[in-house]
Amino acid sequence: MSPLSFHPALAGFGGAIEFIFSPQSTNVTGGKKVGGIHQVLELSLAQIEVSVFALVLAMLIAIPIGLYFGHKGTGELIAIGIGNAGRAVPELALIALMAAVIGVGVFNLTIALAVLGIPPILTNTFVGIRQVDRASTEAARGVGMTEFEVLRKVELPMAVPSIMSGVRTSSINIIATATIAPLAGVLTLGNFVLNENVYGVNGVLAGAIVVAVIALIFEFGLAGLQRRLTSKGLRLRPE
Amino acid sequence: MASPLPLAAVGQVGENFFKERNSETLGCVAHPSHFFCFDWAREHIGEYGTPTLQQLELVVISVLIGFAIAFALALLAHRFRYLQPPLLAGTGILFAIPSVAFFLLLLPITGRGRETAIVALSAYTLQIIYRNVMVGLHNVPDSAKDAARGMGLTERQILWKVEIPLAIPEIVAGLRVAMVSTMAIATLAVLVHAGGLGEKILGRANLTFPTTIVLAGGIAIVMALLLDALLLVVQRLTTPWRRVEATV
Repeated sequence: MSPLSFHPALAGFGGAIEFIFSPQSTNVTGGKKVGGIHQVLELSLAQIEVSVFALVLAMLIAIPIGLYFGHKGTGELIAIGIGNAGRAVPELALIALMAAVIGVGVFNLTIALAVLGIPPILTNTFVGIRQVDRASTEAARGVGMTEFEVLRKVELPMAVPSIMSGVRTSSINIIATATIAPLAGVLTLGNFVLNENVYGVNGVLAGAIVVAVIALIFEFGLAGLQRRLTSKGLRLRPE
Repeated sequence: MASPLPLAAVGQVGENFFKERNSETLGCVAHPSHFFCFDWAREHIGEYGTPTLQQLELVVISVLIGFAIAFALALLAHRFRYLQPPLLAGTGILFAIPSVAFFLLLLPITGRGRETAIVALSAYTLQIIYRNVMVGLHNVPDSAKDAARGMGLTERQILWKVEIPLAIPEIVAGLRVAMVSTMAIATLAVLVHAGGLGEKILGRANLTFPTTIVLAGGIAIVMALLLDALLLVVQRLTTPWRRVEATV
């Protein structure tokens, strides 16, 4: 008796773990096996790919805009407003709408995910720059730095924790939404989740577990990146 | 190797999901490029009442539960410093698990239905509010606390009369974020058979009919923004001296 069968809940997880690693037979396609490590890795890779592209795209768009407006000090209403509005959009509706109106495919999906990922990064970048100590920026200008140098050497390093926090939030949202990407014709781990009649409860659970693991890996990676990017002087401050 | 996935196949997600038939949308299918079909919407708006209420119920209950637990935990951690690292790590891990995965991971433990959705949504709310309460309490100026001690207030009085009132802007800002995010995520409650507006999006036979999606998503967004505005009023009323924006 495997220890996992002691409790019905754990048994459910046991089934899911099996699903991840070895192909199972299924009651629908009769004879064709589903699951197994190859399929899981293939779908995981698709999900990670599309998530990374979307996240990088979102960062490339949101960070410069946030830096510019944060430094200038204008556009607060828009930056915060976009953040609020972005939080309110249900991911399911966004993906389904994109699939119905614009069309399916990896390209459209990446754009949609990037659009989803921009608000947290934009808001956090903006607020991060705005919250930089006035005395520091004044001192920098007093020393003779140009506006761009002030941004680059003083404001940006001090805003890194806030920006990275936004990036981390974005990455989790993007990975979560990439999970329901099969609605847009892109096969990711959501394939297991959305088609219970094909993959069974084990498949659904397996999909959820692998998505959670991927998200945790991203989170650790980005947390490590944040620690690397935060200049030593700031690290002493409790975050 | 991977199974083909035309959109129609996804419509066969589980028996309970496959409810309506194509003939209902015939009136508007004639113009497939139309974003939104007002006639269809007018006719069928009644169907959206139950899912909307279901979703609202889920969100309000989850936010209340999440807030209660997070507040209690934060007060404990504020008092007993040694609790902070484990609680921070715990909420950090909760934060990293995407909403979709969290819903489903609970399936073997709490089964299908509203309880599962409430647990998942409460957990999500919990980490947002916990962090905001901690930051709010942390940001209370020491001078205020010293002055209170000087006036002879006990520690408990200081907590309730000085620290918490000064932390309210941060806490309400966190509540706003939690409310809006939870409303958006609650759309996915349909994945654990808990109802909600997601039912309207996934439950259609014809998934390429934009009107249902726009309606369901639009209602969710409007509800979220209304709740946000409501809490904004509360925030302004309770903190006439300061404006705070949450960054999560």
